[in-house]
Amino acid sequence: MTQTLLHTSGSAPAALLQMQRVSKTFVLHLQNSTALPVLQDFDLQILPGECVRLSGPSGMGKSTVLKLAFGNYCATAGQILVRATTGEMVDITRADARTVLQLRSQAMGYVSQFLRVIPRVAAIDIVAEPLLEAGGAPFTPAQARELASQWLQRLRIPPSLWQLPPATFSGGEQQRINIARSFIKPRPLLLLDEPTASLDPENTQTVVELVTEARAQGVGILGIFHDNAVAQAVASRTVAMHPIRPTL
Amino acid sequence: MISAQDPAPLLQVRNLCCAYGARTVVRDISLDLWPGEVLAVVGESGSGKSTLLNAVAARHTPIAGRVAFALKGAGLQDIYAMTEAQRRMLARTDWGFVHQNAADGLRMNVSAGANVAERLMALGQLHYGSLRAQATHWLERVEISPSRMDDRPDTFSGGMRQRLQIARNLITQPRLVFMDEPTSGLDVSVQARLLDMLRMLTRQMGLAAIIVTHDLAVARLLAQRMLVMQGGVAVEAGLTDQVLDDPQHPYTQLLVSSVLQP
Repeated sequence: MTQTLLHTSGSAPAALLQMQRVSKTFVLHLQNSTALPVLQDFDLQILPGECVRLSGPSGMGKSTVLKLAFGNYCATAGQILVRATTGEMVDITRADARTVLQLRSQAMGYVSQFLRVIPRVAAIDIVAEPLLEAGGAPFTPAQARELASQWLQRLRIPPSLWQLPPATFSGGEQQRINIARSFIKPRPLLLLDEPTASLDPENTQTVVELVTEARAQGVGILGIFHDNAVAQAVASRTVAMHPIRPTL
Repeated sequence: MISAQDPAPLLQVRNLCCAYGARTVVRDISLDLWPGEVLAVVGESGSGKSTLLNAVAARHTPIAGRVAFALKGAGLQDIYAMTEAQRRMLARTDWGFVHQNAADGLRMNVSAGANVAERLMALGQLHYGSLRAQATHWLERVEISPSRMDDRPDTFSGGMRQRLQIARNLITQPRLVFMDEPTSGLDVSVQARLLDMLRMLTRQMGLAAIIVTHDLAVARLLAQRMLVMQGGVAVEAGLTDQVLDDPQHPYTQLLVSSVLQP
């Protein structure tokens, strides 16, 4: 896990993510087409090796920024350029579904706050899955499971739980499964939505180490960290989110 | 596209329209499907989902539009321009069709083994030992004990019948499978098992699938892409998670807001 993730030419580091004048308004058609503006003319750039913290109170659009960057939400206006592993910048707001899937598989990872998986699958297989996806690195199921077991160990999931589906796990255990599942396949850009929200101090420290290691390998990180100590330990700069004036 | 892999899709549907008499039930639908992709088609009853599926699977002749499938070595071919014999061959080799009601996709009066091996026999494989060995392999893959090989499907539970139907379809290693509500009518534990199996099969075999479903949670877990239909029209299409988490069309917003935790 020490390989360089991105090869850039020249001396100036090339951005991994570039959001330019991005706006997002939710239009609720079932509520008289009420428009909820969440983001307006938002600019952001993530370079390799930096960890940018999005800060601000709830409802300022922090998670929305992550979801827009991941192609989970559709931007109302603006450009969101993500660096593909070929070096090309792809505007995710205009890319077709296949291109977005390919970017997610190779160029960017996302740790959400919730684990959403098929009910019956064992934790170890859920963690191994990203390595076995079509078009992924050539891992055999046994190799993928071996690597998954290393990640589960590092995140202190007791081996007695590995063969069980995570539906019955505690919140913190589920969050660690999510983290393992994301870190097992290194990608140049990482989006973290409160990765330590349900974790105890020991596991929080592990996540701090993981983020620090990823940065050292040149991964660019955009994250939401409510815990100030965590943010101070991992973030290289902070972008404060401000309320936007509702357009009437 | 970023990479040039798979330049041509496996399936290409253009401006497809279907009607029952004077009533048009599918209007101007276009879609592409690549190997390994799962597309979920969702929408209310009567929105044209199953008719679309049948038209794409050469089971309901459309009134307009084109359905093309990439034949091995021959590229995209219009399926309705083929002879009936060619289409029948396609339906029992490269394609599979999983019905909502397993009894519609099985022969209930012959053994489970005969059901599973039937497609191979239709292709001219007649060696009993080889057919039985392959049937055993596929029964095991869908988690049916080979000891049930000689039992008839009417002695099977609903979940087992559905898995048997899947084995029957997959034995010829199809490249595209059509599924009409494959998990409805099954209890939730059986449903989870079937989902796990379908996901594994699409991954291991590079199988592409079009799944018609009412269940948005099933669609989220199985399908990368989603098509939302209302009144025979595709009102929204895109990445499954984008359509479910940030629906743009009023009907999709209604659909998503009407269920518990899709």
